[in-house]
Amino acid sequence: MQIAPPDFDRVFAAFADHTRRDIVRRAISAEEGVLELASHYPMSFAAVQKHVAVLERAGLITKQRIGRRRVVRTNLEALLVARRLLDQYEELWRARIDRMDELIAETAGAIDTVETKAKKR
Amino acid sequence: MTVIAVRKDPQRLTLTVEAEFDASVERIWQLWADPRKLERWWGPPTYPATFTKHDLAPGGRIEYYMTGAAGDQPHGYWDVLEVEPPRRILLRGGIANADGTPNTDTPISTIRVGIEEVAQGRTRMSIENVFPSTEAMEQVLAMGTDEGQSQAVSQIDDILAEEAIQS
Repeated sequence: MQIAPPDFDRVFAAFADHTRRDIVRRAISAEEGVLELASHYPMSFAAVQKHVAVLERAGLITKQRIGRRRVVRTNLEALLVARRLLDQYEELWRARIDRMDELIAETAGAIDTVETKAKKR
Repeated sequence: MTVIAVRKDPQRLTLTVEAEFDASVERIWQLWADPRKLERWWGPPTYPATFTKHDLAPGGRIEYYMTGAAGDQPHGYWDVLEVEPPRRILLRGGIANADGTPNTDTPISTIRVGIEEVAQGRTRMSIENVFPSTEAMEQVLAMGTDEGQSQAVSQIDDILAEEAIQS
């Protein structure tokens, strides 16, 4: 299996389009060639071919020969890089929310005191 | 459990985190609106954040830097696109130069914050992060963590070394 490091700018540009994101989803099962893929979209074969070319250059899909056919296959590694980064980012926010929680707990006492004082006035 | 939901969309490079707090909407709003509170939670204790500008109004600018144990000070900024106190904030920003101006060579991401009351004294906050690229995510992660960048790189190496992935 061909594995190339994803080019990040190209990956982003490739994902910026709805049809291309849909092609990536369909190509996970690696059953269809460009012609079959093109039948799903209300656009010309040439237009779909262009989308496929953009995805291929971004390293998100590859064309793979199965017998006499050439099917389009999603490069899951490229998706996995994004997935791992999202996992890391989740940890970052979880830690932030823990700190928010501590801050809320800490200031709860202070606010109560202020409110009590205000009532006494 | 404070964090009640996490949604990740690797294709759209979006992370959504939802959390609930036993506090009023106003107190959760102050976590964002008061820069002295914001800097208590934005960076970890090992990489505290200092906000040098905090104009939380549409068209306003937020500027901050973080300070590492080695004295390194990465800077960041947010442009305030939309604000609706005390319920909604939309920020767009990224890495800044040492003088606080945006580093235009680096990617820009957005943060959308929503705050709503779910019950008396109970407030839900949702945070949606949208990244333009995996590279942008790496840069943000590298800020405020000593080994963020090298971790990200080594993870990519690991992934590239793996066999075909079943998922």
